[in-house]
Amino acid sequence: MIIYGVALLSGCLLLGMLTGQLLGELLGVSANVGGVGIAMLLLVLLSNSERFKSLTCGAAGSGIQFWSAMYIPIVVAMAAKQNVAAAVDGGVLALVAGVAAVVVSFALVPLLSRIGKPENAENADSGAVS
Amino acid sequence: MDVIETVFLRNSLIVAFAFIGLVMWVSYFVSNRLTAGRIHGSAIAIALGLLAAYWGGVRSGGQSGVADIWLLGGIGLLGGGMMRDFAIVATAFGVNFSELKKAGLAGIVSIFAGVLVSFFVGAAVAVAFGYSDAVSITTIGAGAVTYIVGPVTGEAIGAADAVITLSVAAGLVKSILVMVGTPFVAKSIGLDNPQSAMVFGGLMGTTSGVAAGLAATDPKLVPYGAMTATFYTGIGCLLGPSVLFFVVSAIF
Repeated sequence: MIIYGVALLSGCLLLGMLTGQLLGELLGVSANVGGVGIAMLLLVLLSNSERFKSLTCGAAGSGIQFWSAMYIPIVVAMAAKQNVAAAVDGGVLALVAGVAAVVVSFALVPLLSRIGKPENAENADSGAVS
Repeated sequence: MDVIETVFLRNSLIVAFAFIGLVMWVSYFVSNRLTAGRIHGSAIAIALGLLAAYWGGVRSGGQSGVADIWLLGGIGLLGGGMMRDFAIVATAFGVNFSELKKAGLAGIVSIFAGVLVSFFVGAAVAVAFGYSDAVSITTIGAGAVTYIVGPVTGEAIGAADAVITLSVAAGLVKSILVMVGTPFVAKSIGLDNPQSAMVFGGLMGTTSGVAAGLAATDPKLVPYGAMTATFYTGIGCLLGPSVLFFVVSAIF
C-alpha cells in the first residue's frame, strides 16, 4: 500500500526532527540541529535494510518516490515565497556581504572536495592540499 | 466574483499545485524551445518563482513573497518548511550508504569551514562599511551564514533591530544567489559527484539555496548536498552567539 511508504517517510522525518530538536536543546541553541539530515540517514538505512523491505518496495516504495519527485515543484513554490523584496531593500552592505560569502564558499568547493580522496594525477599542477 | 473567491480560497493548496504545475510547464517549454535545453527547466522555474516572490512582496508589503497575494496563499503551505523538509528527506530514498560514508569526513569539515568562512567574510564587509562595535559586526557576519543564524545571534547578543534586519537581508541575498548561481558555476567548481555535492551543501549551508541550486544543476545530487546543509544552520546558531562573538569581541 502506498500509505505504508508515506508513513515510513513521515516517521523518519518526525524522528529526525525530534532528535535534531533535542540536540539543539542539549547544545543550548534555539534551532533544530540537523533534524532533516538525521531523517535522511534513517531513510537511507531503512531502505537498504532487508527487514523493512515490505515498506520500501512495490507500491509502498512509490509512495516515497512520489514525494521525491514532488521535490522540484515544492522548491519552486519555496522560491516563490522567499522574501526577495527584503533582500533587494537590504541595500549595498547586505548585497556585498551576501555575494562575498557565496563567492568565497563557491571557491572552496573544489579544495575541500579533495579531503579523503586518494592522491592521484589530479595534484600534478597544484601544490599539496591536505 | 464571490463564487471564484470562495472556491479558490477554500482550496488554496490545490490552487498552488495547479499554479506551480503551470510554472513548470512554461519553464520547460522555454528551456527546450528558446535555450535548446542549455538552461535547465527547473532553473528557469526557480528564477520565475523568485521574480514572482519579488512582485508579490512589493505588491503586498508582506514577507512571504507571492504567498501574500490572496489567490496564491497555498504557495505558502506548498513551499513552506514542512513540505520542503518532507520532500528533501524523500530524495534520500535509494541513496547508497557507502557514498555517504566516503564523503562523510569532507562533509563534516565543510560544515565548519562554511560557517567560519561566511561569518568572517560577512564580518569583514561590516567592518569595511564602518561598523566598529562587536555586537553589530557579529550579527552581520552571522547573517552572511544564513538568514536564520543572523537574527538568532543578533537577538542573543542584543543587536539593534536595524542591524538584525540587515543580517536577514544579507542571508537572503546569499540564499537567492546560491539558487540562481549554482548551475552556472557547477562545472568550474567540479560539482558533479556525490562527494563534491556534500562539500557544497556544507559550505553553502542555506538549505533553501542548496535545495534549489542543486535541483537546477542535477537532481541526483540533491540528497547529498541537503544532508550536510541541514546541519549548517544549527552549527551556525551554536557558534554565532558564543565562540564567534567572543572572537570578534576580543578584536573590537
